[in-house]
Amino acid sequence: MQDLDEFRQEVRQWLEANCPPSQRQPITPPEQYWGGRRGSFPSEDARIWFERMRDRGWIAPDWPTRYGGGGLSDRESRVIKQEMQRIRARTPLYGIGLWMLGPALLEYGNEAQKQRHIRAIINGESRWAQGYSEPGAGSDLASLQCRAQDMGDHFLVNGSKIWTTAADKCDWIFCLVRTNTEVKKQEGISFLLIDMDDPGISTTPIALISGESEFCQTFFDNVKVPKENLVGELNKGWSVAKALLVHERKLMAEMGSDSPRKVVAPNEAARKYLEFDNGRITDAQLRSDLVDYNMQMHAIALTHFRTFEEKASGVRSAAPLAMKYLGTEAEKTKSELLLAIMGSRGLGWEGEGFTTEELDTLRLWAMSKAMTIAGGSSEIQLNVIAKSVLELPQQAEK
Amino acid sequence: MPLVLNEEQRLLRDTAREFLAGNAPVAAMRKLRDERDALGYDALLWRKMAELGWASIILPEAYGGLDFGFLGLGVVMEECGRTLAASPLFASAAVGASALLLGGNSEQKAALLPQIAAGELTLALALEETHHHRPTHISTTAVPEGEGFVLNGSKTFVLDGHSADKLIVVARSSEDDRNAQGLTLLLVDRQTPGLSCQRTVMADSRNAANLRFDNVRVGADCLVGEAGQGWAILEPVLDRGRVALAAEMMGCALEAFERTVAYLKQREQFGVPIGSFQALQHRAAQMQADIELCRSVLLQALSAVDETPEQLPMLASLAKAKLNELVKRVTNEAVQMHGGIGVTDEMDIGFFLKRARVTMQVFGDTGFHKDRYATLCGY
Repeated sequence: MQDLDEFRQEVRQWLEANCPPSQRQPITPPEQYWGGRRGSFPSEDARIWFERMRDRGWIAPDWPTRYGGGGLSDRESRVIKQEMQRIRARTPLYGIGLWMLGPALLEYGNEAQKQRHIRAIINGESRWAQGYSEPGAGSDLASLQCRAQDMGDHFLVNGSKIWTTAADKCDWIFCLVRTNTEVKKQEGISFLLIDMDDPGISTTPIALISGESEFCQTFFDNVKVPKENLVGELNKGWSVAKALLVHERKLMAEMGSDSPRKVVAPNEAARKYLEFDNGRITDAQLRSDLVDYNMQMHAIALTHFRTFEEKASGVRSAAPLAMKYLGTEAEKTKSELLLAIMGSRGLGWEGEGFTTEELDTLRLWAMSKAMTIAGGSSEIQLNVIAKSVLELPQQAEK
Repeated sequence: MPLVLNEEQRLLRDTAREFLAGNAPVAAMRKLRDERDALGYDALLWRKMAELGWASIILPEAYGGLDFGFLGLGVVMEECGRTLAASPLFASAAVGASALLLGGNSEQKAALLPQIAAGELTLALALEETHHHRPTHISTTAVPEGEGFVLNGSKTFVLDGHSADKLIVVARSSEDDRNAQGLTLLLVDRQTPGLSCQRTVMADSRNAANLRFDNVRVGADCLVGEAGQGWAILEPVLDRGRVALAAEMMGCALEAFERTVAYLKQREQFGVPIGSFQALQHRAAQMQADIELCRSVLLQALSAVDETPEQLPMLASLAKAKLNELVKRVTNEAVQMHGGIGVTDEMDIGFFLKRARVTMQVFGDTGFHKDRYATLCGY
C-alpha cells in the first residue's frame, strides 16, 4: 500500500508537469482524438498530450511493455485513472481498439497478430470498427450470416454488418463470420480481422434519432482476407466474441462515471433550472426523482469499486454481470431526469434560443436510448444473469 | 475501505450461519410466535450468543468485548436476518452498547459495558412518540429536580421495551418540542416506580412495547452525556442502528430470494419449471442486480462506522433507504412467485414478508432517508 502511495505521488507529479491546461477541460465530441490513418489531432495540445502519454506507456498502462503498454498492475493502472480524473485530464486516445479489441487480442491472438496490431493501437496508428450485429442478427447475435468461405490461402467474405461505429473512418474491422453452416450456430463462427481498405468493402452511414450518423452499415462483396487474420481457431470465434463482449459491457457500464465530458450534471441542472425554498427543491416529484438518481449512482459507484477490489483479491461475485444493465439504465434515467429538470429549455433541437449545453443535452438524451440496446440489450443482460448467476432453467431455443 | 470481507470476517460468517441453523432456525421463531412467548426471544439462545461473543462484538477488549468492529456485527446481523432469529442483539448489542460507548462517562462504561458484553444486562432505546420515525419530535420531558431528573411522557414502538433491563430514554429538557436542541438521554431501570409498560404484538411476532413515564425520578448518575446535548450522541447511535438493521434486512432479503429462486427451479406448470419463463426470470435478475448494489452500499456503510464516521450520515441513509426498497420488493415477489402456497401460514416465506415490514419502519422509512439524503446533498 505504501508503494502504491509513492506511485500515486509520482503519477500526480508527472501529470501535473505534462498534462497541458487545455487538456484538463471537459471534452466535447469534436475534441476527441480517435487515431487512425484518416484521423487527425483536434489541436496541437491534444497531440502533445497524446504523445507524452504514449511515450510514458500510459495509453494502455496495464498492457505488456513489449507491445508498447505500461506493464503496470491493475491497482497501479487504477491510480493513473483516478489521478487523471482528479485533474479532469482528457482521455488522450479514444477507440474500440484500445477498449475492446486489444484486451481480446492479448488473450486470444497469436504472437504475430499481437506484434502487428497492439502497438499500432497504442500508437494511434489504427482505428478499429466492430463487425458483430447484422440486419438479421441483433439480440440473437449467434444467428449471424456474414459468410467467410475457405479458399485455401484466404477467406472470401460476403455479407454485411450493421451498427459498425464510424466504420467510414476506420482502418480495420474485427468481424464475426460464419465459417460452418452445418453445426449448432455458436460452433460455426470465426473471428476475423479485416483491413477496411481491402477491395469489396463499402460503408453507408445510418441517420439516428439524435440527428447523428455515427453508426454505419458495412458491406462485404467478395472480400479476400488472408488466413493469418483469423484470431483463435477456426469455428471457435464465439469464445473470442464473448470475451470481447465482457470488455465492451464493462466499458458501457462505466461510461456514466468515466472521462469528463461536457455535459450537465443533474445536481447542477437542478440549481440552474429549479425553484428552491429554504434550500429545498420545491417540486416534490423532481426532488424525489433526483434523490433516487443520486442514490442509484452512489450505489453503482460503490459497486464498481467493490468489483475492482474483488477482482484484485480473487473473490468471485455476480456483480460484474449486472453492471452493464445497471450503468446504462442509469444513464438513460439521467437523460430523462435532465429533460424533466430543464423543462422546455431541454427540448431545443438546434439554432438560436438555446445554449450549446442545452442542445447537447437533448441530443445525448436521444443517444442514451441506444445505450440499453447496444452491446447486448438490457433484456439480454437480464437473460445472462438469469442463466449464469441464478442458473434458472432455459427454454428450448429455436 | 476494502469492500471485501477479510478472512476473519468470512470465518465469523460461516460460524454464525452454522450456529443459527442449529440453534435458531426459522422454526424456532415460529415456535415463539405459536407459544406467545412472554419474553419474545429464547433466553438460552441469547446466553449461547453471548458465549460466542456476539453481545460484545463491537465493544473494545478493555470492557470484555470481542472488538470485531461494525463489519463484524454486520456479518452476524445478516446471518440472523436469514433465520429471523429473535434476540437482544440489535436493541442491546448494537444500539444500546453504541449509546454508552459514544455517550457514557467512564464510570458508566466501566460498570455497564462488561455486563452488556457478557449478555447479562440488556438495553433498549425509548425514542419514538408517534407512528413515524421523527427523532427530534420529542415531547417526553426531563425536568431537573435536586441532583436528578423527573420524567413524564410516553413512548411507542420501543424494541425490547418490555424485556430490557435498562432503557435509554430520549427526553426533552428545553421548550421547543420539534428540535434537535435540548434533548437529554437518561438511563432508566425498567423497574423504576412510575414506569409502566405494555407489550405490543407486532406483525413480526417480535418484541416491541409502549411505555409510560409518570413522574419517574432518576438520579444524576443516570445522565448519558450532557443534559440538553443528547442529539450529538443520538444521531450517530441511530446511524449505527440503521446500518446494523440494514445488515439484518440484507439477510432477510437474501434468504427470501434464494428460497424463491430454488422454488422457481422446482415448481412445474405447463409441463416445465416456472423458472424457465422469461417473465419471472427478468424479475429475478433485476432483484439480483439490486442485491449487488445493496451489498456494496451495506459494506461501505458498515466500514464507515469505524473508518470514516464523517461519511456515516449519508451512507447510513443510503443503506437504510436502499435496503428498505430491496427487502420490500424481494419479500413481495417471494410471496407472488410462490403462488398460492406463498400466502399460507405453513410456508415460512410469510415470516420474511412480515419481519421486513417492521424493519422498514425502524429508525426511518424510505421517505425519511431519501429526504435526509437529499438534504445532505444540499437540495
